[in-house]
Order: sequence, then structure tokens, then C-alpha cells
Amino acid sequence: MYTVPLPMIGTDMAWREAAKRLIGAGVSPPDVLWDYGNNMPELFATAAPLPAPTRRVKAPQSFVQMAETVVWHKDPQRFARLYALLWRLRHEQGLMQDRADPDLARLRQMEKGVQRCKHKMKAFVRFRDLRQGGDRRSFAAWFEPTHHTVEPTAPFFARRFADMDWMIATPDVTVQFVDGNLSFHPGQPKPDLPEDAAETLWGTYFCNIFNPARLKVQAMTSEMPKKYWKNLPEAQYIPGLIAGAEEKVQQMRDTAPTLPPERAKRIQERLRKQDPDAKN
Amino acid sequence: MDLSQKLAILSDAARYDASCASSGTARRDSRDGKGLGSTEGSGICHAYAPDGRCISLLKILMTNFCIYDCAYCVNRVSSNVQRARFTVDEVVQLTIEFYRRNYIEGLFLSSGIIRSPDATMSDMVRIAQRLREVESFRGYIHLKTIPDAAPELIDQAGLYADRLSINVELPTDNGVKAYAPEKNPATIRKAMEDVKVRKEIASERSYKGKRGKRFAPAGQSTQMIVGADISTDATILQRSTRLYGDYKLRRVYYSAFSPIPDATAKLPLIKPPLAREHRLYQADWLLRFYGFDVGEITAARPDGNLDLDIDPKLAWALQNRGIFPVNVNTASKDMLLRVPGFGTRTVGRILSTRRHRHLRYEDLLRMGASLKKARAFITALGWTPGALTDSANLRACFAPPPKQLSLF
Ligand code: SF4
Repeated sequence: MYTVPLPMIGTDMAWREAAKRLIGAGVSPPDVLWDYGNNMPELFATAAPLPAPTRRVKAPQSFVQMAETVVWHKDPQRFARLYALLWRLRHEQGLMQDRADPDLARLRQMEKGVQRCKHKMKAFVRFRDLRQGGDRRSFAAWFEPTHHTVEPTAPFFARRFADMDWMIATPDVTVQFVDGNLSFHPGQPKPDLPEDAAETLWGTYFCNIFNPARLKVQAMTSEMPKKYWKNLPEAQYIPGLIAGAEEKVQQMRDTAPTLPPERAKRIQERLRKQDPDAKN
Repeated sequence: MDLSQKLAILSDAARYDASCASSGTARRDSRDGKGLGSTEGSGICHAYAPDGRCISLLKILMTNFCIYDCAYCVNRVSSNVQRARFTVDEVVQLTIEFYRRNYIEGLFLSSGIIRSPDATMSDMVRIAQRLREVESFRGYIHLKTIPDAAPELIDQAGLYADRLSINVELPTDNGVKAYAPEKNPATIRKAMEDVKVRKEIASERSYKGKRGKRFAPAGQSTQMIVGADISTDATILQRSTRLYGDYKLRRVYYSAFSPIPDATAKLPLIKPPLAREHRLYQADWLLRFYGFDVGEITAARPDGNLDLDIDPKLAWALQNRGIFPVNVNTASKDMLLRVPGFGTRTVGRILSTRRHRHLRYEDLLRMGASLKKARAFITALGWTPGALTDSANLRACFAPPPKQLSLF
């Protein structure tokens, strides 16, 4: 029996390295226990050390890519599921192309879940200006992802916000970007971030870009599920927008057409003089 | 008037433009630490409004003053809505500050026409230039160009912007004449042609093998208003096909005509035809990615409109039941794409899996097929639809039960 400790930071590399050694030594899936975030320290005392690296282990590229994503899923069984599929891949050629295999389908679904979570993190993190002065501006955000997606998503923010310092704090892991360097730290409780006036302007934009004549609440919530709302400054306006939509549209309909403003006639006459063809 | 009031007026005026896309442009990032922003292929929707629409860009008008009088438009000269105008600096600062907080992917700037088309366009170009050259902004910029603006201005716009657009507004020239009297459909088409040509020139290499400067790498798009005039879906889709073909448009957007404040008596307000808009997008998809042509899609109904109760692919399949059922283990890719309930992804999965083994009905479930729709049209290992394909009440299985009409 092997117990493999997996750290919360650098999980992907640790899993991959361990899986390589275990497969190389022919250790079957039931003989491996994956311990994420050090939940079972008492087991280490008795656990055998990992087998030494052996001959080169081959796995299809498509599996490696999938595993790189699935390791960040919150399902405690993810490591075991991945290892079980890797085990099967030793003898089942073409398994990765079989889109109907239940084990693979399950992993693909988890992969999709992580991808979606990464995508939502890119979308829904909201920075606040820390107004600290200095050469580089600094910003911070609090975010609560569904899966363990901070680490794989951080490079995106580094590519995008490279000329400023920023931090994204989450319950699991906190990522910092200072002077161009990315670093990961243990998670933390929600920090107190200073108020940011831009949030009010953003709220103004959110309320006014909304078209009350096209109310489709379900289309909104399927893409922006309620679980994210508490960390989205604009979400506070949603109930009011929904409640007032009918009335706003009714008002537009009930208002009788008005007479054009005085200047309209002047402008239009000038326009026609300028460009006699405009009407053609 | 303070910035917040201006923002309220000028985003309110911009919401009738359907596009908020920020995808498909050149890849950029700011890893060198000398600029701000990135674009990476697929766009990001940073929020969704309760109308279900994606908010990806800061979509605003530079000003809602306008000297034209387009009947469908909230900004037309004859309307009494409150007017406002951003300064160049205000637009630049709003874009940058929103971007730094991760609210947006970039800017979608359009404008009412003030003074003259050239004056308006050059102000818009100034904003894009400031963003790129002074702020080193590497996020997404979409400029809605003014059809009559000078070619040099469009040239510049294309150097700074990822996407350019010009709205054809109404599906027929007569529609434009009736409801946008100052606009000229021929000028609009000429402007789209110019953008296409410039893009082609920019992508050619010189004799030294050097590429020209990138010109609007995310291409051009347009929008048609649906339901303001009497055009049928067939007319609209024919127009789209021409636009895609003639001007290499990336996207045609369909925008259900939607109530505006201070509407004109010329164009009474209707309930926005959202279902129709949705079917048009589906049909548009079939034209571009599923190998259908307009005739096939619009043949199902004599009035030239799409069936609102069922999707256009299903409507086509119900009309052409003789071709079905198709065997998922042997059918060609083209044929699989025509099966209701199969998307391009599902078809790809079927093709890759069936190289190794025969597919059963249950397999298809795991491949993302919607079997509720597909089952009547396919055979697989352990499945044949029997008489289902030709049963008289098949359509009724899909169409929603008749609803009470709602009052408007
Ligand atoms: S030109 Fe026509 S559509 Fe454009 S803003 Fe002016 S009135 Fe509206």
C-alpha cells in the first residue's frame, strides 16, 4: 500500500511525478491512497516510500493534458480516477478516443467543470484599487472558486495585468503578483478591501446596458450562477432591475410620441443643403 | 453633467447594438510589463445583465447627439431623449479603469453623427489611438465606423481596432430608405467592401516577405434589426448569406426591434420578437457550420418565415423524413451534421469513436447528443426508430403546447 501526499500548491506536478513512478513499478490502483492537502498525516508513518523512477513511462498526450486539468477538480476521488484510467491505458489502445467509455466520460466531464471554473474566474474576479502610491498601481480581489483553480488560472492574470501589482485571495490559495513575479501562498479568510469608487460607475453601466424589454432572467443565471453574486459588485442591482423592468417598458409604450425638438428642423435643413443626395 | 450621468445616458443609448463579442482577434499580452491587457482567442463575458446578454465590453456611444433621423433609433435627431457627450479623455479613463478592475475585455465605441461623418469618425479614431499609443492598451477595441467617413479615417481605425462594424440596419434597401432616410445602402456596402479590401491588402506580404500592419484582425461585423419592417426571415437570411460571401463578414447580428424611449409615430413599438431573433441565429449557424443553404432552411413554411416553435434543423428534418433514419455507424459527416440534436462536437466524437467500435444508443448520450430530438432520425446498435420517423404526430412531440397569447 502506498500513500501519496499531495500539496495544495503544485498539486499537478506532484501527482504527475507520483503517478509516473507508481505506473512504472506496476502498482495497481487499489494499492494507492492519494492524500490531498495532508489530511491523513498519521498514515505516513506506515506508508512505504514511493518506488524509484524507472524506465520511461508512456501515456498519450491527450491523457496528460486532461490530467493537468482534472487534478484541480474538487472531487476527492479525482486522483484515483485519473490513476485508474492511466492503468487501463497500458493495455487499451484507443481508449482516449472512445468518447463513450464511462470512466473517460466522467473524467472529461470533470475536465469540463474545471475549464468552466477557470473561465468563470477569469470573468468574475473583481479587483479593487488599493491606492498605495508608488510606481506600480496595486489591486486586490477576493474570490471563491468552485474548484482549485487559482493556480492554473493565475498565469492568465499575469499575462493581462503585467504593469500592475495584484493579489487574488481565496479560501484555498492566495496568489500574488508583485513586480512581475507570481507567487502562491496559503488561503485566507476574506480580507477587508478599501471601497473603490469605480464600482459605482460599473454599477451605473450594468444598469443602463440592460434592456428591460428583453428580460431573460434564466439566461443570465445559467451563465452567472447565484453562487458568484456575493462577490460581484454589480449583482446588488439585479433584483431591482428585474422588478422594475415591466414598468419601464410600459412607460415607453404609454408615452405618446412627442414633437421633435426645435433644433431638429434646423439640423435637418442644414443637412439637406449640404448634401442634396442624402435622400437618394 | 457628471461622468456617472453621462455614462448612464451613453450606455443606455448603446444597448441596442447586440454585439459584445471580444473573440477571434490576434493574440496579445503585456508580459513585457510595459502595457496593459491581453487578448487570447476566446473572449470573456465578465457579467450578464438580466436580459441574458453577455457583457464583455464597455459598450458606449461617444455621443448620442445625432443629425440623422433613423426612425428605429433612440438617438435620432427628432427624439427628445437627454443628450450627452464624452470627452476623449473620459472614454479613455473609463476604459482603462474598468479594465484594470477586470470588469471588461475592452471597448466597443460607436457614436451618433455630429457635425459631419468625418468629424465624428476622427474623434473616435483619436480615442482608439490614445488607448493604444499613450496608454499602451492591448485589450480589445471594436469601433463602429461611420459609412460616409473618409477612407483615410477608416484606414487608421483598422490599425487601432480589433474589429470594425457598420450596421446595415434593415434587411432591404427599401427598408433603409423608409426608416433611415439619410443613410444610403450603397454607401454602406461600399464601406464594407473597402474594409474587406484593406484587410486583404494588409494580409499580403510585400516582395521582401514583410507583412503589412495588421488591419482589424477580428474582422468586420454588422447588425440587422428584426421586426421593424416587413422583411421575412427568408429575406433576412438571403441578405446575410450575401453579406458573409461578398464582404467576408465574421458575424451578422440580429437584433429584435425593441421599445425605445420617445418612439416615433412612424414606427409603433412592438414586443421585441425574441423568439424570432433566436431562430434566426440558429439558422445563421446552420448556414455557416452545418452545410445548409437558405432555400432548404426557409422551405418549411410558405410564408418565408422560420417556424417559431421548433428549431430550423428539426423543421427541415421533419420536411425531409425520407432521408432518415441515418445509421450513426456509417453515415457521412455531412449527413450526421443534419441530424437534429447533433451538434458539431457530437458529430466529431461520433466520427472519432466509431473508428474503434460500433456505437450504441447509450453511447450517444455520453457524447452530448440530444436524443430526445435525434432518436426519431437515427439508427444505432440496439436502436431503430421503427415507425417513429414517419409518425404523423412527430412534430407535436417537439413543439411546445399552445400557449395563451399574452397581451402587449
Ligand atoms: S445615424 Fe441613425 S442609427 Fe445612427 S445614431 Fe444617428 S439616428 Fe441612430
